[in-house]
Amino acid sequence: MSDRRIRILLAKPGLDGHDRGARVLARCFRDAGFEVIYTGCHQTPEQIASAAVQEDVDVVGLSCLSGAHKYLFPQVAKLLQDEGAGDIMVIGGGIIPDQDMQALYEAGLKAIFTPGATLDSLVEWINTNVKPRA
Amino acid sequence: MKELGKKVLAGDIRAASRLIRNLEDQIPETNIAMREIFAHTGNSHVIGITGAPGAGKSTLTDELIDAYRKKDKTVGVLAVDPTSPFTGGALLGDRIRMLRHAEDKGVFVRSLATRGAMGGISKAVGEGIHVMDVLKKDKIIVETVGVGQQEVEIINHAHTVIVVLVPGMGDEIQALKAGLMEIADIFVINKADRDGAGKLYKETLNMVKMSKDMGDNGSWTIPVLLVENVLEPNKFAESVKALSDKIDEHYQYLVDNNLLSERMRRKTAAEVNEALWGNILQPVLSDLHSQGEMEKMVDKVLSRQTDPYTLAEEIASRYIKKQA
Amino acid sequence: MFTKELLDKSSLLRKKWEDEVKKVVAKHADQKEEWSTVSSLNIKRIYGPEDIKDMDFEKDIAYPGQFPYLRGNQATGYRGKYWTFRMFSGMGTAVETNKRWHYLLTTGQTGLSTAFDFPTLMGYDTDSPKAKGECGKCGVAIDTIDDFRDLINGVPLDKITTSMTINPPATALWAMYCASAEQQGIPLNKIGGTIQNDMLKEFIAQKTLMCPPEPSVKLISDTIEFGTKYVPRWNTISISGYHIREAGATAVQELAFTLRDGMEYVEDAIRRKGLHVDEFAPRLSFFFNSHIDFFEEIAKLRAARRIWAKAMPERYGSKDPRSWWMRFHTQTAGCSLTAQQPYNNVVRTATEALAAVLGGTQSLHTNSLDEVLCLPSDHAVQIALRTQQLIAEETGVCNTIDPLAGSYFVEALTNEMEEKAWEYIHKIDDMGGMVAAIEKGFPQMEISDAAYKFQQQIDAKEKIMIGVNKYVEADEQIEIPLLEIDDSVEDEQLERLAAVKRKRDGRKVAECLNELAGACKKGENVMPYCIEAVKNYATVQEICDVYREVYGEYRDPGIY
Repeated sequence: MSDRRIRILLAKPGLDGHDRGARVLARCFRDAGFEVIYTGCHQTPEQIASAAVQEDVDVVGLSCLSGAHKYLFPQVAKLLQDEGAGDIMVIGGGIIPDQDMQALYEAGLKAIFTPGATLDSLVEWINTNVKPRA
Repeated sequence: MKELGKKVLAGDIRAASRLIRNLEDQIPETNIAMREIFAHTGNSHVIGITGAPGAGKSTLTDELIDAYRKKDKTVGVLAVDPTSPFTGGALLGDRIRMLRHAEDKGVFVRSLATRGAMGGISKAVGEGIHVMDVLKKDKIIVETVGVGQQEVEIINHAHTVIVVLVPGMGDEIQALKAGLMEIADIFVINKADRDGAGKLYKETLNMVKMSKDMGDNGSWTIPVLLVENVLEPNKFAESVKALSDKIDEHYQYLVDNNLLSERMRRKTAAEVNEALWGNILQPVLSDLHSQGEMEKMVDKVLSRQTDPYTLAEEIASRYIKKQA
Repeated sequence: MFTKELLDKSSLLRKKWEDEVKKVVAKHADQKEEWSTVSSLNIKRIYGPEDIKDMDFEKDIAYPGQFPYLRGNQATGYRGKYWTFRMFSGMGTAVETNKRWHYLLTTGQTGLSTAFDFPTLMGYDTDSPKAKGECGKCGVAIDTIDDFRDLINGVPLDKITTSMTINPPATALWAMYCASAEQQGIPLNKIGGTIQNDMLKEFIAQKTLMCPPEPSVKLISDTIEFGTKYVPRWNTISISGYHIREAGATAVQELAFTLRDGMEYVEDAIRRKGLHVDEFAPRLSFFFNSHIDFFEEIAKLRAARRIWAKAMPERYGSKDPRSWWMRFHTQTAGCSLTAQQPYNNVVRTATEALAAVLGGTQSLHTNSLDEVLCLPSDHAVQIALRTQQLIAEETGVCNTIDPLAGSYFVEALTNEMEEKAWEYIHKIDDMGGMVAAIEKGFPQMEISDAAYKFQQQIDAKEKIMIGVNKYVEADEQIEIPLLEIDDSVEDEQLERLAAVKRKRDGRKVAECLNELAGACKKGENVMPYCIEAVKNYATVQEICDVYREVYGEYRDPGIY
């Protein structure tokens, strides 16, 4: 009778508007059977964290192509922690140099996807690592 | 899970969003929390917004939130989008138009997928309204999917129903005749700068008048409001402010005429019905299924050893203690 | 195009060839069934005279400098002048970018092109909370005319043309340029350059958003009018398909939406400003993407020239052939580059650059091999620039003009691109124009569909990206020196901005902004007010805040 579904919030923090990846992912996740809330471009970390809590999502997917990920991604993770929602997984994607990865993982990101990741690999990662929380 | 109800009563957003999630996911224990909070519900003004896709419902909702925040009212939003019948997934895209309120503690926006429910809203909307209500939201806005004429379910949940029309969508008026007319408390002609807005406005006014002549809707005359294009932000804001005033006027009308609870009668009956079903029939059915008795009963009816009616009487007498 | 005799002969020979193909394919099947462009346009195994038999040489092809300008605007082609080697650059503070510019000018670059950081692009100052973490990251940070003077320090404004990739705050940045030139004693009619200033493609694709479409187009018409009257050598708009393509559009969509955007601006300037089309149209410029599908890109660029040349007299009664010329800049496709095996990007960029040249571009930016990974390093930029120089001076492709004209395939593909583009253009006409179409989400949805389809094709290996879905190197270690912008840039810029705010006359600034607001409300041309405001050290954000206040703010409606 009960019917748990994976809910994902996709967001583009910061000022860059290159949302091709995020838009493609939104459709891909819908087609994979997830409920996707896409929040569009130009969101502040505060807006994203607050939306994630209100929507009770399992995962927050962040996309940033401007180079500001070093500040923006950890900030979203931190704000979720502060709101007692540290169990919401944060993953990220975009132009992320290897040398930044370690710091992002340490800040609480669970996965980082860089250009070239296939849609299938993303869906598979979610299906493997995300269980709708009971 | 056990603490959920108490936490919601204490105003915990995280718990509230989790409770709505559990309602959507139909987790059986959810009624423990709902029992705890129910006594504290019934204070909010519930506003339904319906209309065809592309009519601008989310943008209108966004501006309504703003208008109400300026009146110092707290706002909850339940925005419903369709679940894909093929994949079970959903793109919940209404929220994107309301993001400027994301950090405002006085606003709580929740997106819901229909998950196969008909009628333009999801099953969890009814109880989701109670959750928003307990969070002390003065105004709760329910935005329906917007697929057309069968979207009358909203009437069971909202005190004030707004039907949004836009010019240039062709069979709008036909759709109205088929049903939406009966549920509207207020009509909005959105994107009033577009060609055909004047014509649509007149047609809608005429329809309202006709139905009035036929004696519908009691003493409330359904107003028809023009809302400016969102791309003229200042004018748009002004006209939505006027809409919020009209919505409040309708609410006052319901209060003054003791119609508020009348409006909720069908919803409450449905909820009682649902609860009875869940508490009486559901356990019986599970019991019969788990013991394999259901299959045997079907076999018996198939082979004409008995009939469904006799069987039902037997089951009823076994499970229900008849009062004298 | 051809005599009946030739067509008969061809049809006979073609039949023979087809029979031969059938025989061979029956024994050895082709490598794959469908052969199509990167945009999924189906391509035939061969093209012949039949495929272009309806063309009229005089009406459809002709010579360079002759209508319909299919073969180029200039009679002399690249023999007279190569395209402008214009490399897009900018990072960190104005002082740093200025240093890079001087370096570039010594390497043989012939025009400058400015990349601004995201806060500047969006009309926020470095001290805005929204700018946190972004300062100087993807371009140069400009808050006030003080920064701007540092940016152009030592650049001869009357000799070098500068292109500025700036959209919502274009009026503010252009005002800074004009004011700086005047202060250097160079009259406005002597300066040349380009501001991108194309908002329609922002709503469609790139999402650098500020005000709604209608006032955005009004501000653009202001710049067109101001340029026409006072800055005649300036291109006040660069109507851009580049970002539309990068957002996932097909070649045809890029072509159609860009040209329809151009028509929208022409219509607005005529209607709103009462200008005659030939007063301003010669200064309109375009900006295309050159993607990896070689012939498709060449055909697209050739078709673009012909469509524009037809549209201007037909639709707007233009009489001056200079209005019919489509002049454009091209940039190789960032989205075709891969983070994997990044040195392959040099080959991709070279191929794309060659297509742009064979398509007759007037100006070119070649991407650096490391741009998928970070801001380009000096060395990577040098290879990219050398790629252009090599095409120009070694390969011999500039010896003759439009060498692919008359090719059965290229002409047929050019015709097909044009036809399909007109279909879109007419569809958008029927919707009531581009602003109306954007409001309906039409171009946005078309692009989203195409982007999703392409990604699925990549995943299914129906389209190939080397290193990504074919010839993948397991455990590849990418060893590219990465250029990083130090976070101290932000502190430095904050201090600069604070210093300007301390020393300026606050009352005078408020007065200027007030007058700008008044001009906006009255529908006057904002440019003179902007110039006055920046001279008095009003910031980019302060000017943009006036627009936001008067015209309202536009938020991404999230059509996907």
